[in-house]
Amino acid sequence: MRQSTVYTRTAVALHWLIALLIGAGFTLGANMTDLHMSPRKLRLYSYHKWIGITVLGLVLIRVLWRLTHRPPPDEPMPSWQRHAAHLTHGLLYALMICTPVVGWLYSSATGYPVVYLKLWQLPDLVPKNDALAKMLVIVHGSLAWTLLAVVALHAAAALKHHYVDRDATLRRILSWRAS
Amino acid sequence: MKRHFPVLARTALLMLALGTSAASVPGIDPAKSTIVATFRQEGVPVDAAFKRFNGHIDYDPTRPNASKAALEITTGSLDLGSEEYSAEVRKKNWFDSATYPTATFISTALRPGDAGHFDATGILTLKGKTQTLKIPVSVGKVGAATSFDGEVQISRSTFGIGDPEWKDVVDDAVRVKFHLVQ
Repeated sequence: MRQSTVYTRTAVALHWLIALLIGAGFTLGANMTDLHMSPRKLRLYSYHKWIGITVLGLVLIRVLWRLTHRPPPDEPMPSWQRHAAHLTHGLLYALMICTPVVGWLYSSATGYPVVYLKLWQLPDLVPKNDALAKMLVIVHGSLAWTLLAVVALHAAAALKHHYVDRDATLRRILSWRAS
Repeated sequence: MKRHFPVLARTALLMLALGTSAASVPGIDPAKSTIVATFRQEGVPVDAAFKRFNGHIDYDPTRPNASKAALEITTGSLDLGSEEYSAEVRKKNWFDSATYPTATFISTALRPGDAGHFDATGILTLKGKTQTLKIPVSVGKVGAATSFDGEVQISRSTFGIGDPEWKDVVDDAVRVKFHLVQ
């Protein structure tokens, strides 16, 4: 595999598209449950689920891309930082996959299947079960908030590298250069 | 009193329909029967069962003119799978169960078709509005009891169930499937 100093355009596009969708999905998720029953509430629930499924799909594509396209070598940094960065990225992948999967499990357990974009009904991962649903919604919310915390750490570290260390860490994932 | 008169008249008619047959054949067994409303909400299929209903189907293919069916459903008993949704459809802009606690279907004619089938024509009264329906019914046996199966599609807006603001989120068409064991 050829080594480059920047991420591929595909990796860059997926990174920011997924980030945007996670931001939107999280905002919906954090606000929609408190709403009074209304057509708008049901619509927002739908958008939240569609965003979640889209993120899941895009993250799986991102993983496949990552496995077949080595990212640029790390910028020089103390080894503890390098390990922390790789650990954080691994954690992000895990959370980005688990959060929507648990959401899908939760939707299945409520007895309301996910109908992606109102067109494709996704299979139920579990049968309707109220007790399971009550547990899954808590897990889904906890994973989402954990993801938010790790994203905040990830973003803060990127800014530190950019403004304090003044290295190319952030520039590499903002770059649109052909690699 | 004047506003309630149509309701009283219909209740009397229903009791007459149920009462005159009750002596001869037992009524529908709600424990063994189901009435399920199926519709789509944002594309998601929802099966909601009416938990409380009763009625009587007095069908004799050799005496169709003497045959009749009457069904009474408690509108507030619709179970949407979560109390938040079930409570919502009892409200004024949906079933308005406080004002219209029951929906009734009273047959005007039961016409035999092929063996084990008949068409039930009758009047559905729901939320103060009426509609004539023609429902194909299949007759079967469940042990010693008789089963009546069929489905009919109705439009929510015909009966004013669900404000127009809901029309893009909840489909207007609702299929009502019944399996009545008597």
